[in-house]
Amino acid sequence: MLAGQKFDPSALASMLTNLGHSGWLGMQYHAHGDDWVELALPWREELVGIVGDGTLASGPIISLMDNATSMGVWTRRGSFAPQVTLDLRVDYMRAAEPRKTLIGRGQCYKLTRSIAFVRGIAYQDDPEDPVAHVAGTFITMVGQ
Amino acid sequence: MTIPSGPALAAIDDLLPPYARELGMIAERIEDGLPVLAYDFSNRVQGRPGYLHGGALSGLLEMAAIAALRSDLARRGVVARLKPVNIAVEFMRGGTSQRTYALGRITRAGRRMANVVAEAWQDDRTKPIATALMNILLVPERD
Repeated sequence: MLAGQKFDPSALASMLTNLGHSGWLGMQYHAHGDDWVELALPWREELVGIVGDGTLASGPIISLMDNATSMGVWTRRGSFAPQVTLDLRVDYMRAAEPRKTLIGRGQCYKLTRSIAFVRGIAYQDDPEDPVAHVAGTFITMVGQ
Repeated sequence: MTIPSGPALAAIDDLLPPYARELGMIAERIEDGLPVLAYDFSNRVQGRPGYLHGGALSGLLEMAAIAALRSDLARRGVVARLKPVNIAVEFMRGGTSQRTYALGRITRAGRRMANVVAEAWQDDRTKPIATALMNILLVPERD
Protein backbone atom coordinates (compact mmCIF):
# COMPACT_ATOMS: atom_id res chain seq x y z
CA MET A 1 0.00 0.00 0.00
CA LEU A 2 1.46 3.33 -1.04
CA ALA A 3 1.47 6.62 0.83
CA GLY A 4 -1.12 9.03 -0.56
CA GLN A 5 -3.32 6.27 -1.93
CA LYS A 6 -7.05 6.65 -1.16
CA PHE A 7 -7.87 4.85 2.08
CA ASP A 8 -11.00 2.73 2.04
CA PRO A 9 -11.26 1.09 5.48
CA SER A 10 -13.70 -1.61 4.41
CA ALA A 11 -11.51 -2.71 1.51
CA LEU A 12 -8.12 -2.36 3.15
CA ALA A 13 -8.86 -3.39 6.73
CA SER A 14 -9.11 -7.05 5.77
CA MET A 15 -5.68 -6.87 4.15
CA LEU A 16 -4.09 -5.08 7.12
CA THR A 17 -5.69 -7.30 9.70
CA ASN A 18 -4.69 -10.52 7.95
CA LEU A 19 -1.00 -9.88 8.52
CA GLY A 20 1.30 -10.72 11.43
CA HIS A 21 0.09 -10.03 14.96
CA SER A 22 -3.34 -8.68 13.94
CA GLY A 23 -3.89 -11.70 11.71
CA TRP A 24 -2.96 -14.08 14.53
CA LEU A 25 -5.36 -12.26 16.86
CA GLY A 26 -8.10 -12.67 14.24
CA MET A 27 -9.13 -9.03 13.83
CA GLN A 28 -11.82 -8.26 11.27
CA TYR A 29 -13.33 -5.14 9.73
CA HIS A 30 -16.67 -4.23 11.35
CA ALA A 31 -17.77 -0.68 10.37
CA HIS A 32 -16.51 2.84 9.74
CA GLY A 33 -17.57 6.51 9.54
CA ASP A 34 -15.88 9.78 8.50
CA ASP A 35 -13.24 9.69 11.22
CA TRP A 36 -13.63 6.30 12.90
CA VAL A 37 -13.20 2.61 12.25
CA GLU A 38 -14.58 -0.39 14.12
CA LEU A 39 -12.70 -3.69 14.16
CA ALA A 40 -14.01 -6.94 15.66
CA LEU A 41 -12.00 -9.40 17.72
CA PRO A 42 -13.77 -12.76 18.15
CA TRP A 43 -13.12 -14.55 21.48
CA ARG A 44 -10.90 -17.61 21.54
CA GLU A 45 -9.09 -19.67 24.17
CA GLU A 46 -5.56 -18.60 23.13
CA LEU A 47 -6.35 -14.96 23.97
CA VAL A 48 -7.30 -15.63 27.58
CA GLY A 49 -5.43 -13.63 30.24
CA ILE A 50 -5.97 -15.58 33.44
CA VAL A 51 -5.25 -19.30 33.72
CA GLY A 52 -8.52 -21.16 34.31
CA ASP A 53 -10.62 -18.09 33.56
CA GLY A 54 -12.22 -17.20 30.24
CA THR A 55 -11.47 -13.49 30.45
CA LEU A 56 -9.66 -11.96 27.51
CA ALA A 57 -6.11 -10.75 28.27
CA SER A 58 -5.64 -7.03 28.00
CA GLY A 59 -2.82 -7.34 25.45
CA PRO A 60 -5.27 -8.21 22.65
CA ILE A 61 -7.46 -5.26 23.71
CA ILE A 62 -4.50 -2.88 23.37
CA SER A 63 -3.65 -4.37 19.96
CA LEU A 64 -7.27 -4.05 18.80
CA MET A 65 -7.40 -0.40 19.88
CA ASP A 66 -3.98 0.40 18.40
CA ASN A 67 -5.18 -0.89 15.03
CA ALA A 68 -8.66 0.65 15.18
CA THR A 69 -7.37 4.12 16.15
CA SER A 70 -4.58 3.88 13.58
CA MET A 71 -7.12 3.15 10.85
CA GLY A 72 -9.32 5.94 12.21
CA VAL A 73 -6.48 8.34 11.40
CA TRP A 74 -6.18 7.17 7.77
CA THR A 75 -9.95 7.31 7.44
CA ARG A 76 -10.10 10.92 8.64
CA ARG A 77 -7.11 11.80 6.41
CA GLY A 78 -8.71 10.04 3.45
CA SER A 79 -5.41 8.48 2.47
CA PHE A 80 -2.79 6.14 3.83
CA ALA A 81 0.39 7.64 5.36
CA PRO A 82 3.02 5.81 7.40
CA GLN A 83 2.73 6.58 11.11
CA VAL A 84 3.91 5.19 14.43
CA THR A 85 2.22 5.13 17.83
CA LEU A 86 3.71 7.66 20.25
CA ASP A 87 1.64 6.67 23.23
CA LEU A 88 -1.52 4.83 24.10
CA ARG A 89 -3.41 4.79 27.37
CA VAL A 90 -6.08 2.21 28.16
CA ASP A 91 -8.55 2.46 31.06
CA TYR A 92 -10.30 -0.79 31.89
CA MET A 93 -13.93 -0.29 32.95
CA ARG A 94 -14.69 -3.96 33.41
CA ALA A 95 -13.49 -7.42 32.36
CA ALA A 96 -14.52 -8.56 28.90
CA GLU A 97 -17.10 -11.35 29.09
CA PRO A 98 -15.79 -14.74 27.92
CA ARG A 99 -16.89 -16.16 24.56
CA LYS A 100 -18.13 -12.82 23.25
CA THR A 101 -16.72 -10.80 20.35
CA LEU A 102 -15.06 -7.54 21.32
CA ILE A 103 -15.57 -4.48 19.10
CA GLY A 104 -12.92 -1.74 19.05
CA ARG A 105 -13.97 1.71 17.82
CA GLY A 106 -11.07 4.06 17.10
CA GLN A 107 -11.67 7.72 16.29
CA CYS A 108 -9.22 10.39 15.15
CA TYR A 109 -10.59 13.64 16.65
CA LYS A 110 -7.74 15.94 15.59
CA LEU A 111 -5.17 15.69 12.83
CA THR A 112 -2.27 18.15 12.53
CA ARG A 113 0.67 18.15 10.11
CA SER A 114 2.65 15.82 12.38
CA ILE A 115 0.38 14.44 15.07
CA ALA A 116 -2.90 12.52 15.08
CA PHE A 117 -4.92 12.57 18.33
CA VAL A 118 -7.09 9.53 18.85
CA ARG A 119 -9.59 8.09 21.31
CA GLY A 120 -11.79 5.06 21.35
CA ILE A 121 -13.74 2.42 23.19
CA ALA A 122 -13.81 -1.35 23.29
CA TYR A 123 -17.24 -2.87 23.89
CA GLN A 124 -19.14 -6.12 23.51
CA ASP A 125 -22.94 -5.74 23.16
CA ASP A 126 -23.47 -2.15 24.18
CA PRO A 127 -21.25 0.86 23.33
CA GLU A 128 -22.78 2.58 26.38
CA ASP A 129 -21.21 -0.09 28.61
CA PRO A 130 -17.62 -0.25 27.34
CA VAL A 131 -14.95 -2.68 28.46
CA ALA A 132 -12.26 -0.03 27.95
CA HIS A 133 -11.62 3.58 26.98
CA VAL A 134 -8.41 4.56 25.17
CA ALA A 135 -6.58 7.77 24.29
CA GLY A 136 -3.38 8.14 22.32
CA THR A 137 -1.28 9.90 19.70
CA PHE A 138 0.43 8.90 16.46
CA ILE A 139 3.22 10.70 14.61
CA THR A 140 3.06 10.86 10.83
CA MET A 141 6.25 9.82 9.07
CA VAL A 142 5.53 11.72 5.83
CA GLY A 143 8.14 14.25 4.69
CA GLN A 144 10.90 12.86 6.92
CA MET B 1 22.31 -9.24 41.03
CA THR B 2 21.29 -12.00 38.63
CA ILE B 3 20.41 -15.41 40.03
CA PRO B 4 20.09 -18.28 37.56
CA SER B 5 17.14 -19.97 39.16
CA GLY B 6 15.51 -22.80 37.20
CA PRO B 7 12.62 -23.68 39.56
CA ALA B 8 11.74 -20.00 40.14
CA LEU B 9 11.64 -19.34 36.39
CA ALA B 10 9.50 -22.42 35.78
CA ALA B 11 7.06 -21.25 38.49
CA ILE B 12 6.72 -17.87 36.75
CA ASP B 13 6.22 -19.58 33.37
CA ASP B 14 3.41 -21.63 34.95
CA LEU B 15 1.56 -18.42 35.84
CA LEU B 16 1.75 -17.00 32.31
CA PRO B 17 -1.69 -17.12 30.66
CA PRO B 18 -2.46 -18.72 27.28
CA TYR B 19 -2.12 -15.33 25.54
CA ALA B 20 1.47 -14.90 26.79
CA ARG B 21 2.49 -18.47 25.96
CA GLU B 22 1.02 -18.28 22.48
CA LEU B 23 3.17 -15.22 21.75
CA GLY B 24 6.25 -17.11 22.98
CA MET B 25 6.77 -15.28 26.27
CA ILE B 26 9.07 -16.92 28.82
CA ALA B 27 10.64 -15.93 32.13
CA GLU B 28 14.24 -15.45 30.98
CA ARG B 29 16.03 -14.73 34.25
CA ILE B 30 15.56 -13.20 37.69
CA GLU B 31 17.02 -9.77 38.31
CA ASP B 32 16.93 -8.23 41.81
CA GLY B 33 14.24 -10.74 42.67
CA LEU B 34 12.02 -9.78 39.73
CA PRO B 35 11.47 -11.74 36.51
CA VAL B 36 12.73 -10.56 33.12
CA LEU B 37 10.24 -11.75 30.50
CA ALA B 38 11.21 -12.19 26.85
CA TYR B 39 9.98 -13.38 23.48
CA ASP B 40 11.65 -13.96 20.15
CA PHE B 41 10.54 -12.10 17.04
CA SER B 42 7.95 -14.03 15.03
CA ASN B 43 5.05 -13.46 12.68
CA ARG B 44 2.74 -13.50 15.72
CA VAL B 45 4.25 -10.34 17.20
CA GLN B 46 4.92 -8.53 13.93
CA GLY B 47 3.14 -5.31 12.93
CA ARG B 48 4.44 -3.56 9.82
CA PRO B 49 6.93 -5.89 8.08
CA GLY B 50 10.12 -6.32 10.12
CA TYR B 51 8.84 -4.48 13.20
CA LEU B 52 7.09 -5.41 16.43
CA HIS B 53 3.37 -4.63 16.69
CA GLY B 54 2.73 -1.93 19.32
CA GLY B 55 0.00 -4.06 20.87
CA ALA B 56 2.21 -7.16 21.10
CA LEU B 57 4.89 -5.01 22.76
CA SER B 58 2.30 -3.57 25.17
CA GLY B 59 1.24 -7.14 25.98
CA LEU B 60 4.83 -8.04 26.94
CA LEU B 61 5.13 -4.90 29.10
CA GLU B 62 1.85 -5.67 30.83
CA MET B 63 2.80 -9.29 31.53
CA ALA B 64 6.19 -8.12 32.92
CA ALA B 65 4.44 -5.61 35.19
CA ILE B 66 2.02 -8.24 36.49
CA ALA B 67 4.75 -10.89 36.92
CA ALA B 68 6.85 -8.39 38.90
CA LEU B 69 3.91 -7.55 41.16
CA ARG B 70 3.09 -11.24 41.70
CA SER B 71 6.72 -11.93 42.71
CA ASP B 72 6.68 -8.99 45.09
CA LEU B 73 3.36 -9.99 46.69
CA ALA B 74 4.41 -13.65 47.00
CA ARG B 75 7.63 -12.63 48.78
CA ARG B 76 5.59 -10.61 51.27
CA GLY B 77 2.99 -13.35 51.70
CA VAL B 78 0.16 -11.21 50.32
CA VAL B 79 -2.65 -13.14 48.61
CA ALA B 80 -4.69 -10.93 46.27
CA ARG B 81 -6.41 -10.97 42.93
CA LEU B 82 -4.98 -8.39 40.50
CA LYS B 83 -7.33 -6.14 38.55
CA PRO B 84 -5.59 -3.80 36.10
CA VAL B 85 -7.17 -0.33 36.25
CA ASN B 86 -5.16 1.26 33.47
CA ILE B 87 -1.97 1.18 31.44
CA ALA B 88 -0.15 4.00 29.65
CA VAL B 89 2.45 2.94 27.10
CA GLU B 90 5.11 5.21 25.58
CA PHE B 91 6.83 4.02 22.41
CA MET B 92 10.41 5.30 22.01
CA ARG B 93 11.89 3.19 19.22
CA GLY B 94 10.60 0.72 16.69
CA GLY B 95 11.14 -2.85 17.87
CA THR B 96 13.06 -4.79 15.21
CA SER B 97 13.23 -8.51 14.37
CA GLN B 98 15.16 -9.78 17.39
CA ARG B 99 14.56 -10.96 20.97
CA THR B 100 12.72 -8.45 23.18
CA TYR B 101 12.97 -8.26 26.97
CA ALA B 102 10.79 -6.57 29.58
CA LEU B 103 11.11 -6.03 33.32
CA GLY B 104 8.57 -4.55 35.72
CA ARG B 105 9.47 -2.61 38.86
CA ILE B 106 7.15 -1.85 41.74
CA THR B 107 6.98 1.88 42.45
CA ARG B 108 4.57 1.38 45.30
CA ALA B 109 2.42 -1.53 46.44
CA GLY B 110 -0.02 -0.69 49.21
CA ARG B 111 -2.99 -2.64 50.52
CA ARG B 112 -5.40 -1.70 47.72
CA MET B 113 -3.30 -0.30 44.85
CA ALA B 114 -0.01 -1.06 43.18
CA ASN B 115 1.84 1.30 40.82
CA VAL B 116 4.19 -0.58 38.52
CA VAL B 117 6.49 0.60 35.72
CA ALA B 118 7.78 -1.73 33.03
CA GLU B 119 10.51 -1.21 30.47
CA ALA B 120 11.20 -3.13 27.25
CA TRP B 121 14.50 -3.29 25.40
CA GLN B 122 16.28 -5.37 22.76
CA ASP B 123 20.05 -5.72 22.19
CA ASP B 124 20.96 -2.52 24.07
CA ARG B 125 19.68 -2.33 27.62
CA THR B 126 20.41 1.41 27.77
CA LYS B 127 18.02 2.07 24.85
CA PRO B 128 14.48 1.15 25.91
CA ILE B 129 12.05 0.69 23.03
CA ALA B 130 8.94 1.24 25.18
CA THR B 131 7.85 1.84 28.77
CA ALA B 132 4.52 1.30 30.50
CA LEU B 133 2.95 2.64 33.66
CA MET B 134 0.27 0.46 35.24
CA ASN B 135 -2.13 0.98 38.12
CA ILE B 136 -3.37 -2.32 39.50
CA LEU B 137 -6.12 -2.82 42.07
CA LEU B 138 -5.44 -5.51 44.69
CA VAL B 139 -8.56 -7.44 45.63
CA PRO B 140 -8.17 -9.60 48.77
CA GLU B 141 -8.91 -13.30 48.20
CA ARG B 142 -11.94 -14.28 50.26
CA ASP B 143 -10.75 -17.71 51.34
